Amino acid sequence: MGRLNVTLCGLPLDNPVIPASGTFGYGYEFAGLYDINVLGTFSFKGTTRQARFGNPTPRIAECTAGMINAVGLQNPGVEKVISEELPRLKACFHKPVMANVSGFSVEDYAYTCALLDKEPQVGWLEVNVSCPNVHGGGMSFGTEPRAAAEVTKAVKAVASKPVIVKLSPNVTDIVLIARACEDAGADGISLINTLLGMRIDLKTKRPVIANTMGGFSGPAIFPVALRMVYQVSKAVRIPVVGMGGVRSAEDVIEMMLAGASAVQIGAENLVNPFACRDIIAALPQVMDAYGINTLQDIIGGAH
Amino acid sequence: MKQSRFEITENVPLTGSVYRMRIAGDTGDVARPGQFVSLRLSGYYLRRPISVCDREGDCLTLIYKTVGAGTRAMSGMKPGETLDVLTGLGNGYDLSESGDAPLLLGGGVGVPPLYWLGKELVRQGRRVTAVLGFNTRAEVFYEEEFRALGCRVTVATADGSYGRKGFVTDALPADYSYVYTCGPMPMLRAVWRATKPSGQYSFEERMGCGFGACMGCTCKTAGGPKRLCREGPVLRKEEILWDD
Ligand SMILES: Cc1cc2nc3c(=O)[nH]c(=O)nc-3n(C[C@H](O)[C@H](O)[C@H](O)COP(=O)(O)OP(=O)(O)OC[C@H]3O[C@@H](n4cnc5c(N)ncnc54)[C@H](O)[C@@H]3O)c2cc1C
Ligand SMILES: Cc1cc2nc3c(=O)[nH]c(=O)nc-3n(C[C@H](O)[C@H](O)[C@H](O)COP(=O)(O)O)c2cc1C
Ligand code: FES
Repeated sequence: MGRLNVTLCGLPLDNPVIPASGTFGYGYEFAGLYDINVLGTFSFKGTTRQARFGNPTPRIAECTAGMINAVGLQNPGVEKVISEELPRLKACFHKPVMANVSGFSVEDYAYTCALLDKEPQVGWLEVNVSCPNVHGGGMSFGTEPRAAAEVTKAVKAVASKPVIVKLSPNVTDIVLIARACEDAGADGISLINTLLGMRIDLKTKRPVIANTMGGFSGPAIFPVALRMVYQVSKAVRIPVVGMGGVRSAEDVIEMMLAGASAVQIGAENLVNPFACRDIIAALPQVMDAYGINTLQDIIGGAH
Repeated sequence: MKQSRFEITENVPLTGSVYRMRIAGDTGDVARPGQFVSLRLSGYYLRRPISVCDREGDCLTLIYKTVGAGTRAMSGMKPGETLDVLTGLGNGYDLSESGDAPLLLGGGVGVPPLYWLGKELVRQGRRVTAVLGFNTRAEVFYEEEFRALGCRVTVATADGSYGRKGFVTDALPADYSYVYTCGPMPMLRAVWRATKPSGQYSFEERMGCGFGACMGCTCKTAGGPKRLCREGPVLRKEEILWDD
């Protein structure tokens, strides 16, 4: 086993670095830039039962050390993802991929997951109960322990692959939600999704984002994300995938010390398209600098 | 698309708020007029998209207006400083449809991308007319530069302080084969209504990545959703849907 290897819900990863859903498309934009097989895996764009155009524009606002997005789950729908995106991906990515799924009802989640579960390319289902950018869906499932458990159960009932539930930070007690998902059978927890935020344009005196609010992410949220990863990984026995503001090999190690078995990188891919490749390349040296032999050993090291 | 470092070779004001920056580096991916680059500015999280105004060898010309903190920071940069730049972004204009007498319609900082386009069209032997629109005399730039390319040039100012009074649509020539345009949304819309021939329209949107990864810049078109940073920023007249 190499120094960077970890396992996630029983599946081996060459390294713990995983581009986060919504910041890596379906992979092939980046495959034109570097060999994306260097990644542990990646989580593809949030996929829903039906195709979605998403929200009106502007969908993006800049913040100090971060950004707000209100894309609203634009995606071609699960059937097209399976018939068009996955075959295209197959040509450039030869590892199991993480399938990120969103829904508007418990049945939606189960339907979409059941279809993606059958795809040999899919290694994990990442069930997003935390999207802040759509009304009447997404986040509402992730802010209430009973609803999150219900989605988890329904997906587990149709899935043969590991089910990782992705949580929203926009809650009072994230541990409560994580425990509810674990009790409902989740194989892993990933967190955090974006924090609900907004900006106002001083010139127009109106919100920058057409939808008024959106999800805040980027380096500014790292301490909040780290804290939640720490809390949740202490409280559950299943693996935790940590994310939020990660942009360096040092950040990856910090997340793992807090309890993450693998680490996702979101917004940083957008401003530095080579971020994940560069972080993976930097890891061995940074590990040396801190006397770390293997990454698998440091998971939860700060507990 | 490429990510590389460019060195600033020039950064000078053209008007009170519009600057010309020249940068030298690897221009290998800058293929067509109408494409843009995206600049990383220290202290600002997102990159700033700016159209390519001209490409000569390893040198790119960018013309930008100081509208906020990022572009103001750009205006203070000095020759010799370097910038992290993504190049080769966007589809750019398709020159093959221009016909004999293409018309270029630019408004404000929508003028710059039309410069390289005009240069290439003249080189292909087209009779090019450029109508450049500005708010007022003090904001006019690149009139002489377009003329030097061999374009017939008309300037229009909204307040009538220079050239023809009115918008670019008030200064259209009698006859033209095709329209290439870039400018603020109300101008694009007026052009869409006021001109008969087909054409290509360059749009702006707030961008997360600028290279197709985030879906931050999507707009509805007759051909389905398009990412303005990837399948745009140039759309054909027939596919544009005005949302109202
Ligand atoms: C494809 C494309 C080509 C462009 N070409 C040019 C050009 O050649 N010359 C030029 O002067 N301007 C151009 N712009 C607009 C330019 O990107 C903005 O004026 C600039 O980003 C403003 O940055 P700021 O920090 O000064 O303003 P701020 O308002 O402080 O910026 C805040 C955020 O909003 C974004 N933003 C603000 N205004 C715009 C806008 N109009 N379009 C897109 N994003 C915006 C910024 O990028 C930043 O992320 C272009 C925009 C696009 C999308
Ligand atoms: C543009 C954008 C789109 C996103 N879309 C999704 C999505 O479709 N599904 C999802 O689970 N998370 C989505 N996210 C959230 C990220 O996957 C990640 O949880 C969050 O951004 C925090 O990480 P970061 O600070 O590294 O960006 C999106 C984030 C961004 C910036
Ligand atoms: S700005 Fe990210 S897809 Fe266009």
